[in-house]
Amino acid sequence: MSPKNLKNSPHSPSLENLYKAYESMYLIRRFEEKAGQLYGMGLIAGFCHLYIGQEAVVVGLQQAVTESDSIITSYRDHGHMLACDMSPGGVMAELTGRSGGYSKGKGGSMHMFSREKKFYGGHGIVGAQVPIGTGLALAHQYKNDNGICFTYMGDGGSNQGQMFEAFNMAALWKLPVLYIIENNLYAMGTSLDRHAAVTDLSTRGSAQGIPGKSVDGMDYLAMREAALEAASYVRSGKGPFILEAKTYRYRGHSMSDPAKYRSKEEVEDVKSHHDPLSILEAEILRQGGDKDHLESITKDVKKKIDEAVEFAKESPEPSEGELFTDILV
Amino acid sequence: MTSETMPETITVREALRDAMAEEMRQNPNVFLMGEEVAEYQGAYKVSQGLLEEFGSKRVIDTPITEAGFAGVGVGAAFGGLSPIVEFMTFNFSMQAIDQIINSAAKTLYMSGGQMGCPIVFRGPNGSAARVGAQHSQCFASWYAHCPGLKVVSPYNAIDAKGLLKAAIRDPNPVVFLENELLYGQRFEAPPSGSDFILPIGKAHIERPGKDVTLIGFSIMVGYALEAAEELAKEGIDVEVINLRSLRPLDLETIFESVRKTNHCVTLEEGFPYAGIGSELSAQIMEHMFDFLDAPVLRVTAKDVPLPYAANLERLAIPRSPEIVQAVKNVLYNA
Amino acid sequence: MTIEILMPALSPTMTEGNLIKWLKKEGDSLKSGDVLAEIETDKATMEVEAVDEGVLGKILVLGGTENVKVNTLIALILEEGETTADLKIQGTPQNSEPTPSEKSLPISPPSPSKSQEKTSLSGISQDRIFSSPLARRLALEKNLDLSTIQGSGPRGRIVKKDVEETSKKPVSVSSSSDSAFEDVALTTMRKVVAKRLTESKQTVPHFYVSMDVEIDALLNLRKDLNKGLGDIKVSVNDFLIKACARTLMDVPEANASWMETFIRLYKTADVSVAVSLDEGLITPIVRNAQSKSILEISAEMKSLREKAQTGKLIPSEFQGGSFSLSNMGMYGVSSFSAILNPPQGCILAVGAGSETAVVRSGVLTVATMMTLTLSVDHRVIDGAIAAQFLKTLKNYIENPVLILA
Repeated sequence: MSPKNLKNSPHSPSLENLYKAYESMYLIRRFEEKAGQLYGMGLIAGFCHLYIGQEAVVVGLQQAVTESDSIITSYRDHGHMLACDMSPGGVMAELTGRSGGYSKGKGGSMHMFSREKKFYGGHGIVGAQVPIGTGLALAHQYKNDNGICFTYMGDGGSNQGQMFEAFNMAALWKLPVLYIIENNLYAMGTSLDRHAAVTDLSTRGSAQGIPGKSVDGMDYLAMREAALEAASYVRSGKGPFILEAKTYRYRGHSMSDPAKYRSKEEVEDVKSHHDPLSILEAEILRQGGDKDHLESITKDVKKKIDEAVEFAKESPEPSEGELFTDILV
Repeated sequence: MTSETMPETITVREALRDAMAEEMRQNPNVFLMGEEVAEYQGAYKVSQGLLEEFGSKRVIDTPITEAGFAGVGVGAAFGGLSPIVEFMTFNFSMQAIDQIINSAAKTLYMSGGQMGCPIVFRGPNGSAARVGAQHSQCFASWYAHCPGLKVVSPYNAIDAKGLLKAAIRDPNPVVFLENELLYGQRFEAPPSGSDFILPIGKAHIERPGKDVTLIGFSIMVGYALEAAEELAKEGIDVEVINLRSLRPLDLETIFESVRKTNHCVTLEEGFPYAGIGSELSAQIMEHMFDFLDAPVLRVTAKDVPLPYAANLERLAIPRSPEIVQAVKNVLYNA
Repeated sequence: MTIEILMPALSPTMTEGNLIKWLKKEGDSLKSGDVLAEIETDKATMEVEAVDEGVLGKILVLGGTENVKVNTLIALILEEGETTADLKIQGTPQNSEPTPSEKSLPISPPSPSKSQEKTSLSGISQDRIFSSPLARRLALEKNLDLSTIQGSGPRGRIVKKDVEETSKKPVSVSSSSDSAFEDVALTTMRKVVAKRLTESKQTVPHFYVSMDVEIDALLNLRKDLNKGLGDIKVSVNDFLIKACARTLMDVPEANASWMETFIRLYKTADVSVAVSLDEGLITPIVRNAQSKSILEISAEMKSLREKAQTGKLIPSEFQGGSFSLSNMGMYGVSSFSAILNPPQGCILAVGAGSETAVVRSGVLTVATMMTLTLSVDHRVIDGAIAAQFLKTLKNYIENPVLILA
């Protein structure tokens, strides 16, 4: 839970790394705040699942990603795309359904991809990305390219049958896949103890003999450390590994969720005591970081997001001719 | 007897195996996965000998987890490989239909053209013999319904080899519907040479005729040819179209035939409701209305889960006598 | 024929409307422009005006009826000379409230018939002919009326075979041998002729101008010409086509059509020539007759006439034209008035030439005279132009060398 035990870790990050992580996490935070605002203005429609509160998970994991790796996740995917260095304008323009979006406006919030960044989506069917990520891992193994696949899912998705099917094949064939269960405590509106018989999700692969570990998903340093360890295990050819990131989402399941299934106090408590950005900021200052520098980072990020919003508003809708393209290769 | 006097024949099973073997030799990214495809040599022996030639890296036995291995196949295709996923029968593909449709078929579109999925889902489709309702369904209309997929269904050995090779080379997800009863049937052998393929989307006129058009695919083509022989004795000249491809449909060949014969009967082993025949009827009605002398008739399975009892099963599945009767009805010649 | 009044679409988006009230009652006489009824559309309340003259014969949808679909038959107008007995289409008003006028115009209830039993269409019954799409297309191509064909398919559906068999037989409705009459089915051509000419005679304000012309010089010229041509024979009509073409160039106001919102003046003389056929009438066109020689015109007419008689004219050969010529001289008709061929402004009717005593410079002599009658659409052409046309034409015919010049 606490970064204390990391002080002696050989992987201890530099202050520079922490600034970068802070920038990355704040980019996600700011992006999602703006996305929520644009949704309210009617510029974004349909399903829109915000990642606010979970930023440390993906940014921590990203520390372990190499160029040959692939990444796949479910529908709460904006944060993953930004962490993969996909352009905020391209993601935002997809949210507004414009031609400048990553899927030319034809995918929407849940369906964005970037072959260039090896980000394989963005999948709207709960749990469906788990076998697909396992297949991406099969391709890494088949081509022997040293890559591993980072396959994300939520606590809700971790009940899906096809997840267990995929775990079984991954373990059987020793596929290079790191499964990350982002446990934000609610599968839509059903709390963990009401949807999972065993609430320690790091043991989800115990029947297949897949090792797992739980980690504080609100703490960047903890996430980073765990990610490096897990990825190195997977990369070594020993087969899959499961990381349970204990995290929390501040907003509802989607924009239309009033979140009546949890108390305001619960949310407020997390925000004031476990906020991933605050935790990281404290760590930066503790290591002698510069408050003004953090402020200039947030200022720059705000500007970047404003530009993304501007791009997403200005980008034209896809031409009508796009209706019938991209159905077959 | 020499090869000049007697054309060489092979079974559909051999044709399918040859197609996979040839494509695997040509492209190292092609691999086969599914239940019992390797050590068992294929539940229906279609993959016989492939494990020996290509090894366990490329001929992979999976656990009995259709949703899982279909998804793994899709992921491998996204990752740059060209998987052939065998379903022991397409009845089990219902477990995996989410991966086939939501993941394989739609992702290219949802990604604005970035995420092609070159994968073949193949296996026997439709009814076999006395295996009851859960193991006897035709999925042609299920898959043909969905944009983003190609759906093909071979009849003879030439179709089987030419179409499967085309499917493996196709950059799109292809659903390849075989028929268990045809596996052992012998047909004229496909042309030799590994470059022989048949284009997906092109139908084949198996028998030209002028009075009525029979449109079928897979095993129904054989019954259609039988019915045509029978009807010829009564002076009725039947044209038999083997669709080969259900999506895309070769409407040009269909329309040209209907323009000529003015009468059409569609054939399938699937249920009547919203079946392939329904689509054919609609297309013909919309485009060939002024050339129709009678409503298009559909010969299909009965609208019931397939029964086990031999007599009921015979009643439920359409065979050539039913086709003969339908042709007479459509010609007002009952 | 009774005139059908249909529920009008009074706005681009209107698919149905409320018939608020009728402002005319059954038996009222109507003239064009009279307000018939008030209709409430999705946007406003609008008035429906009568377009035709006649008597309001039958109201089929009563005032106060809501949601009347566009194109629903709402009333029937009787034309001059028709009585309520001519109301073939039976129907009860689509409103439960009876109106007194219903009693004042008793209409006999429909007699039960086979077709009534077969189809139970509410409101207005209609004899639906069942036929395959192919049969309908073939019947259209062969000019066959489906109502004359006996269907052999299910529900009496007419199929390809039935059309083909019927097309081998003469077109007639079967009549019993002891009947004093025979009902001949309408061919498509007959229907078209009927429709177009009815429309012309009813809607075009015709007037007629006649003039006698002497044709001895023309006959002599023709004789000389034919002598020199051997097998080829140029007809009087060929000369007339050319003469008309020249006249149209001289009096261009007569070379005109009524286009509803404007008048079209033609620059070429495209002369439609009436050709009589067994099943009707058709008017193949000699185009650019003003710049063609008599021989060219003659050859072209011969070819057009043959095509017309074998049904091989293509639409461009009989549709269009700027002026029409109808010659009944060969039947010995002395004179007649033709019905205009819309939208053309003129048609010339030509009678037979006959030897007549004429007084020339005070001396009684014999000349071959012919009566020309020009029917004119007064909307396009006034009397003075019509007179000038005939005068010019007469000059050409009586000095035929000018035609050739």
